Formats: sequence, C-alpha cells, structure tokens
Amino acid sequence: MPRIVSRNPIAPDVVRLEVEAPKIARKRKAGQFVIVRAREGSERIPLTIAEGDAARGTITLVVQTIGRSTRELGALEAGGEARDVAGPLGVPTEVERYGTCAAIGGGIGTAVTLPIAAALKAVEGNRVLGVVGARTKELLILLDEMRAASHELAVATDDGSAGTHGFVTDVLKAFMEREKLDFVFAAGPVPMMRAVAETTRAAGIRTIVSLNPLMVDGTGMCGGCRVTVGGRIKFACVDGPEFDGHEVDFDELVRRQRLYVGHESDQCRMKDAP
Amino acid sequence: MSEKKPKKKRPPRTPMPERAPAERARDFDEVPLGYSPEAARREAARCIGCKKPRCVTGCPVEIDIPGFVARIAEGDFDDAARLLHETNRLPAICGRVCPQEDQCEKECVLAKKGESVAIGNLERFVADWARARNLTVHGECAAATGKRVAIVGSGPAGLTCAGELAARGHEVTVYEALHAPGGVLVYGIPEFRLPKAIVASEVGALESLGVKFELNAVVGKRETVDELLGEESFDAVFIGTGAGAPRFLGVPGENLAGVYSANEYLTRSNLMRAYEPDSPTPILRAKRVCVVGGGNVAMDSARTALRLGAEEVVLVYRRSRAEMPARAAEIHHAGEEGIRFELLTNPVRILGDDDGRVRGMECLRMELGEPDDSGRRRPVPVEGSEHEIACDAVVVAIGNDPNPLVPRTTPGLATGRRGNIEADEATGATSRPGVFAGGDIVTGAATVIEAMGAGRRAAEAIDAYLRDGS
Repeated sequence: MPRIVSRNPIAPDVVRLEVEAPKIARKRKAGQFVIVRAREGSERIPLTIAEGDAARGTITLVVQTIGRSTRELGALEAGGEARDVAGPLGVPTEVERYGTCAAIGGGIGTAVTLPIAAALKAVEGNRVLGVVGARTKELLILLDEMRAASHELAVATDDGSAGTHGFVTDVLKAFMEREKLDFVFAAGPVPMMRAVAETTRAAGIRTIVSLNPLMVDGTGMCGGCRVTVGGRIKFACVDGPEFDGHEVDFDELVRRQRLYVGHESDQCRMKDAP
Repeated sequence: MSEKKPKKKRPPRTPMPERAPAERARDFDEVPLGYSPEAARREAARCIGCKKPRCVTGCPVEIDIPGFVARIAEGDFDDAARLLHETNRLPAICGRVCPQEDQCEKECVLAKKGESVAIGNLERFVADWARARNLTVHGECAAATGKRVAIVGSGPAGLTCAGELAARGHEVTVYEALHAPGGVLVYGIPEFRLPKAIVASEVGALESLGVKFELNAVVGKRETVDELLGEESFDAVFIGTGAGAPRFLGVPGENLAGVYSANEYLTRSNLMRAYEPDSPTPILRAKRVCVVGGGNVAMDSARTALRLGAEEVVLVYRRSRAEMPARAAEIHHAGEEGIRFELLTNPVRILGDDDGRVRGMECLRMELGEPDDSGRRRPVPVEGSEHEIACDAVVVAIGNDPNPLVPRTTPGLATGRRGNIEADEATGATSRPGVFAGGDIVTGAATVIEAMGAGRRAAEAIDAYLRDGS
C-alpha cells in the first residue's frame, strides 16, 4: 500500500501529504489527479497531484480535512499507509507557449494551480503571473511554491490581512489594465472560477478552469461528474477536469455539487468549517 | 392387468426456495436461498442423461452438464464440484447470474416437454457446497512456462482468462482500475443477487493458483498496453475492460441533481456500500424513484432503490414486457417486490424544482410499430400522450458503451464503430500481435457467461501463441 512519506499541516484544516507512488510520479503531468482512499471503507476522494518527484517516487497531495473521509486521510501519519491511490487520471493541462499567463489559485485550489503554474513557467516565452487568494491570511497556502513557479506573485485576501484587500479577480483586473494577458488558469471555489471567467470574457482571453464535481470511479464509468460545457455533456474525470471557463455551466455544477448537503459526510463539513 | 404401460409421470421441476417479497425487499441479503442436498438430488434425478446432451451446446463454456448433474443425483457432491470446476472457474457466480433459460436450460430436452432440468440451480448448489467446505476443486497448475501475461480488467472475462492461463503454467498479473477485483461483479450486480463474499472467494481461488492482482492500476493512464509489452516485459496482454461507459437519454434535464446513471447508482450502493448506515459514501434516499430501461441493470437499479428505502419505484420502459431484455426471473422478482412497471412509456424531459433537483419526468405513451434492426417492434410515440410521473430521483439504465480508455491509448488496435475492440471471435486475437481481447469491450454489453466464454477461448489462443508464437 502507498506509504505516507511526510505529513505537514500547512493551514487550518489543510494537510500536505507526500505519498509514495513511483509509477504515478513518473507518469503524471500537470493538471492530473489521483483518487485516494484513506483506509478500507473510506470514500474515494479525487485529489489533484500538486507536485510529483519522479526521482523520489513520490507525489504531493493537499487535503482539506472537512469531511469524514478527508479527515481520515489527513489523519494518516508519516510512515503510515493510505489504502488506495489510483492515477494519474484526467487529461493533462494543455501547456503551450501562450505568452503572458495568469495562474490563479483560490484557497485549497492553489494546490491545483501550482503544478500548472510550474509547467507554464517551464515553457520558454511564457511569463507567469501567479495569484493566490484566500479569505484570510492564515488560509493562504503554498505561497513559497507558487512564488517559485511564477515570475511575479500577487496575493489577495477577502479581509485584507495579507496582500490586496479583495478578491483574486481584483488582482486579475489590475493585471489586465496593466498588460495584455494571453492565457488565464483558475482553480478554486466555483464562485471564484466563475468570477474569473466573467472577468476575462469580454476581452476574449482564453480562460481554463479546473472543475471539482462529485466523482466516484474517476475512469468514465459512472458519469456522476458530468458537467455541461458549451451545451454538451462532458465527464470531468476523463474529458477534464479542465474546461473552457467561458463555456462551463457553473449554475448546474453548483446544483449538482449540493446534492448530498445534509448527508453525514457533509455534516462534518458544516460543523467543522472554520 | 392392462397391457398398456402407464405413462410415467415426470416429477415437476424443484422450485428454488426464496425469501418472501415483503421480507427481502427492504434489505440487501440474497433472495434465493439455494437447494438443500435433498432438493438438489431430487432435481438432478430428473435429468434423463441424453446421449447427445444438447444442454452442453447451449453453454458458452461447454460445462459437462450431464456429468456433474449425474454426480449430484448419486450424492457425490465433491466429485460434481471437481467436474464442474474443470470447465467453469466461477460456478457460484454463473449459478446465480447466468440466463440459463436462454442457454443450457433452453436446449434441455425436457424443456420441449415441459420443464427443463434446473441446471443453474444445481450449478449454484454444487459451487456453494464446495465453497462452504473449502474443497480444493482447482486441479494442479501445469509446470511454469516462464511466460508472463497481463490481464487488463478483473471482470468475468479477465478472471476466467487469468485462471485458465495460470492453470497452464503462465505467470499472470491482473490489472484492475478500481480498488477491488471483480469488475461488474462487484460494482454492478447487487449483493441481493450476487453476494460479494462469493466474488472474493473466487478471486481468492485464483490467487491460490498464483494469479497476482494489481489494484488501482488504470491501464491507459498509469501504464499503456505498449508499456506492458515493453518495459513491463509481458509476453501477451488480454484486454477485458468491459462496457463501462454509461449511455444517457439525451433529453433536457438529464444533469439535474438526482439523475444517476445506473453505473453510478449501483457503484455507490454496491462497491461503496452506500446502503450501510455508516458508509461515508452518500446516495440519495429518494421517496419516489424512476428507473428508465428494461434490462437486468434496470431491474437491479429498481430493486436497489426499493432496498434503499424508496416508497415507490417506477420502472419506465419504452417497449412492452415481451421486448424487455431482462431475465424473466428478474422481472418476476421485481414485480413481486412491488416495482411498478410503466411500459410503452418514454421519457422526453426530466423536470426540476427551483433548486435544480429532480421533481418528475415528462413522458410519452408509445405503441409498437414495425420491427427495427434488433428484430423487436419499434416503439412509436402516441401523439398528445404527454404526461408527468412525479419522482425525486431518476436512474438511467439504458446500456453502456465500451470503455474507451484502453482503445484510445493503444496505437494500432483496430476498433469498431461504437469504439469496441475488434477481435477474432474464436481466439480473441486483435489487430496487434500478442494483444487479445474479449467480453463486453469486444461485443458490447452482453452477459457474464459470454464474457467468460470469450476469456476462456482467448486463454487457449494465448497459450498457443506463447508456446509456439502462432
């Protein structure tokens, strides 16, 4: 079973796990995810591969411990084992020479944005403007890693406790006023991704968002993760998780995500939310 | 004394004892209880031992049916089990889920004169007998050949192929994308029809033959078929990845919250055990559930909904009962348990409330017209017959397409129009040397036993390929 190499809490209710998964570490590309079960009987949880180290044979996962199964996962100690890790799943990010790119992460979504910012920066000719946002300073994660993966990093907090007092879209607008953006990537809460897509729509800037619908198998078998993109049904697990933000039906995504609100696994979330 | 010999009255088919509908419809325990040894012997004695047994020709894996049935009649259940396992590695599963009425039992001579021998029930009895006693029924493996075979997918085709190859002395590794082996046997078929302990036991038997299982291994993503043949140094690959891509209706409202594919609904309930009160995997406990479709998966979904606490379950099917692809026994069981059948009815729209949750389905009445490509009469909408069926969950069980993950990532592998892998029916050989395929990934959604038959035939061909490279 996959061994937990290290475990570090990086924010309230956010744990960073380095997991031994040599085959996945070798194969994974930016934008892909794994499905993890903490132990027998746990739910299958999709998690973006935040970082991968082929030489060490490990992948890094960032877990928000807000439900029963994610708390079981976050409670695993270094030296312990996760029951299952399957992947790499999903279609890798289309990393090209875009020019000036904004890579935006909101809250836990920063873990999704990090590998994409890094992959974009690795392409010569790209300039990566990183943006990390959260409600408040202590919920900002992976700042050092995002700084390393960007040419320039901006921070925004809703309460102004760090960086710009406001939303990531305020930073994005400032960037857009300052210079021409060629590509925008955003991962985070649905309202944030929607706001980013609306911010870039008029300017016609190519905007990719990483969706996080409910998912079971992750291999295209159940269709639980289906989303409407450009009027067509897509499965986030095999057709995504990244889609054109200007084409995504965010209302539908939110409604489908709320299906189990009130279920036991969700009650933990309600109760424990900071 | 009359000269005329009185016509011997044939004893009737021994009924399978079952739990009462009212009792069973609210839990996930198995419905049929299985024959007692006495009942099994009584039923086996009905077999007249035809010289040319037609039942065998009706069996996709050609079990020696008269042979094992005769052993049961004699009371030698151990020997019956050994004989049965010679040709069928998963008899406890086949005895439960095979459509015997369309296969062996259909060909049984007695069927022509009334009631066939209950071959399926007898198969199940013998398999359970062996399992309960931990009888070693698998023969010795042949001497190791040093050849290595990768099996992709651990459903009925893959498991059968794996067992046959291991018995022939090859080193076999089964790659399974999910966290448990069994494929559709564990994610699709519900506990009340096929207890998961039985699948686990059959998998254990394969492990004792030396078959290795690599779980959470998504071939096409983590390793490709070419890598299995290359750096992983397998000598041959068998692809049995099944028909796992759900079809949807293509009607408005299909993405409302509360609309499931049967795959999702059943996977949540079966594989993830959402029916258990302390399961962390949620499933909607809907009061009124509409299931769309008329096959076995639709019956499984409807009966699962009932067991999850639905007050009413309506099965909506666009043709009539006669055209339903489900087994007669499953339709019967569903009806007994109180599933309501809305036949000749077709959904045209799923209706939602203000929160985007399902509140009903708008349907049309249908009538049967001329036969279509499938030979079944085509359903034609009755004009002006729009009506609503209220429900708070919809399960779409109208079939599956082949899973595209492996075909899409294997260059040079010929595929058909629906994305199925093209393979020789007799050998499973594909357009790629050393790559074989069988089961639903080749044929489209079919039955467990047909997939097993394909796995078995492919194993023979792979064995020949490995021995003399042909």
